[in-house]
Amino acid sequence: MATLDQVTATPSSLFRSGKSLKRNRKWALIASYACLILFVIFFLFPPYYMLLTSFKPNQVIRSLDGNPWSLWTIIESGTLDHYWNLLTNTLFPTYFVNTVIVTLLSVALSMVISVLAAYSLARMRFIGSGILATGVFLTYLVPETLLFIPLFKILGTLGLLDSIWGLVLVYPTLAVPFCTWIMIGYFGSIPKELDEAALIDGANHMQMLTKIFIPVAIPGIIAAMIFAFTVCWGQFIYPMAFIYSNENLVLTAGTVTTLIRGDVYHWGGLMSGALLAAAPPVIIYAFLMDYYIAGLTSGATKG
Amino acid sequence: MAGVTLRDLHKSFDRTEAVRGIDLDIADNEFVVLVGPSGCGKSTTLRMIGGLEEVTAGEVYIGDNLVNDVPPKDRDIAMVFQNYALYPHMTVAENMSFGLKLRKYPKAEIKQRVDKAAGILGITELLARRPRQLSGGQRQRVAMGRAIVRNPQVFLFDEPLSNLDAKLRVQMRTEIKKVHQKVKTTTVYVTHDQVEAMTLADRVVVMNGGIIEQIGSPDEVYHHPKTRFVAGFIGSPAMNFMPCRLANNGAGLTVQVTDGISLPVPPQRKSHYAPHAGRDLILGLRPEHMTEPRSDAAPGCVDFTADIEVVEPMGMETMLFFALNGEDICARVSPDAGAAPGRPMKLLAHMDHMHLIDPATQAVI
Repeated sequence: MATLDQVTATPSSLFRSGKSLKRNRKWALIASYACLILFVIFFLFPPYYMLLTSFKPNQVIRSLDGNPWSLWTIIESGTLDHYWNLLTNTLFPTYFVNTVIVTLLSVALSMVISVLAAYSLARMRFIGSGILATGVFLTYLVPETLLFIPLFKILGTLGLLDSIWGLVLVYPTLAVPFCTWIMIGYFGSIPKELDEAALIDGANHMQMLTKIFIPVAIPGIIAAMIFAFTVCWGQFIYPMAFIYSNENLVLTAGTVTTLIRGDVYHWGGLMSGALLAAAPPVIIYAFLMDYYIAGLTSGATKG
Repeated sequence: MAGVTLRDLHKSFDRTEAVRGIDLDIADNEFVVLVGPSGCGKSTTLRMIGGLEEVTAGEVYIGDNLVNDVPPKDRDIAMVFQNYALYPHMTVAENMSFGLKLRKYPKAEIKQRVDKAAGILGITELLARRPRQLSGGQRQRVAMGRAIVRNPQVFLFDEPLSNLDAKLRVQMRTEIKKVHQKVKTTTVYVTHDQVEAMTLADRVVVMNGGIIEQIGSPDEVYHHPKTRFVAGFIGSPAMNFMPCRLANNGAGLTVQVTDGISLPVPPQRKSHYAPHAGRDLILGLRPEHMTEPRSDAAPGCVDFTADIEVVEPMGMETMLFFALNGEDICARVSPDAGAAPGRPMKLLAHMDHMHLIDPATQAVI
C-alpha cells in the first residue's frame, strides 16, 4: 500500500513543482522588467531633455512657467532655429569635418598598432612578452588629465600644436592600450592548432595575421574599433588644451567654446549641437552591435 | 615520397623530459602508429617530426635530409589535428587550397587537386560550405583533404579521431585506411587508442615515459610483447598478470600460481624457461586464453577451478571475473559455458600462449 502511495504521489508532486517553477519565473521576469524600466528612464531622460530643449525657442527655454519636460511646448511652439543657426552661423560643420578626419585617422592608426601589438604579444613567445602585455594595460590607467601637460610639451616640440594632425598623433595613446588588451584576449582565444595548421600550410607571420587571425577575429576587431571610435569622437581635454584656432577645433571642444560665451549659455544651440555630435556614435552602435556580440570562431575546432 | 628517420631524439620542456632518446626508421609509404598512454611523448615526437616543436637533442630526417632546423612549411609534410583546425572563415574548398595558394600553384592545378581529393574523400558536395556547417566526421574529412591536396612526403595525424563519437570513430578509421591504400604516403599516426593502433598500422610503436617500449607489427606486439607494459597496454580487456613461481619438480617445469593451482609449462617452451626455474616471476595470460574446457583444445592446455565473482555477458562472448592469488583476473568464455556468479567453474588455461615476466626488469622472458 505504501508503495502505491509513493507511486501516485510522484506525478502530483512533479506537477506542483512545475507550477511553482512557472510562478518563480514570472516573478523573476516582473522584477527584471521593473529594473530595466527604471534603468531606461534614468539613462534616457537626459537625452530626452536635450531633444526637447533643442526644439524650444529661446524665450520658452528661459521661461520659468509651465512644465519644462512636457512635450506640449514643442507641439505648440517648436522651432528648428537652433539647428539652422548652428549649421549656418557657426563653424559647427567645420568641427564636424575635423572630428571625422581626426577620428577616422586615429581609429585606423590605433587599430594597426594594436592589432600588430596584440598579435605579437599573444602569439610570438618572446622574453618579457607577458610583462609587456601587462605594461600596455597599465598605461591605460594613467588619466589624461595627468598626461596632457607632458603631451603638450611633446606636441610643441614637434610643432603640432593647434593642428588636427597633433590630435591624430595623440588620440591613439588613449585607444591603443585598451584595444591591444581586447585583441590580446581575442587572439588568445583562437586555437593554437589554427596557427600550426597555417604554419604547415606555408604561411609566414604576416600571412598568418592577415589571412587567418584578422578574418577570424573580426568581431573582436570591431569591438575594439567601436571602443576606439567612442574614445576619439568624445575626447574633450586634448582638443581643449592643444587647439586654439577656431577652425581647427573638433565637435566637443568647438561646440562648448562657441556656444558658451562668458557666462552666457546658448542652451538651445548647445543641446542641438550635442545631439548632432552624438548621432554618429549612436548610429554606429546600432549597426555594429550584432558584430560586437557575434562570434566567428565556432566551427574552427570541435564545438 | 620519403621515409622518416629519428636518431636519439630528445625533448625537454623546462626541466621535464618528454622524449628521452627515440630511434625509429619509418620506411617509404609505411603507416606507423605511435601509441601509448597520455604523457608518453608520442604527440611531442610527432610535433618534432612536423617542426612544431624544437628538437632538444638528436636528429630528424625526412628522406635523406636532416630537417632539425627546417621550418614546418619547408618539410613537405601535412598534418591533421585532433580538433581539425579548419580555418573557420573559409569554405571547404578554400581550406583545402590555402596551402597551395600560398605556394603559388596555378589556379587550374589547385582546382584539379581539390576536386580529386574531394572525390577520394566523398566531400565534393561540401566544397562551398563553411566548417561550422559541417558535422564532426565531415570536418575530419576536410582536414584530411587539406593534407591530401598538398601531396606531401609525409602525413602526420595527431589523434585525429578522438573527438568523434564511438560509432563514427570506427567508420573514419576504415576511411583513413582506405585513403592510405589509395594515396600511398608515409604516415605517422598518433593515438592513445590501442584498437586504432592495431587496426591501422603496418607497424606499431608502443611508447611509455618518453621511450619506445617496442616496435613491431600489430601481430608481434600482440602475441610477442617484449615488456610487461606492452603486454598490458595492447589488448582489451588487458592481459592478466599474476605472481607465480616457476617450479621444477618431478613432473617437469610448472607455474605455481597458488598452492592449489599449478600449471605445467608446455613442452616446447621448457628449454627456454628452464634457466629461470625456482624464481618468482609474473605469469601473463590474456583473457581469451582462459576459456571453458574444450574438447578440441591444443596440447598444453590445463584446467583449473576458479570461484567466479562477476559474469558480464557481451553477446558473442561472456567475461568472467574472479580473484587469483590476490589479483583480479578476467576470462573470456563462450556465452553457453553456463557461468554463474558465486559458483566455482572449471576453466582452461591455454598455456601455449603464456608469457613469463621478470618482475625486476619488467621484461618478458
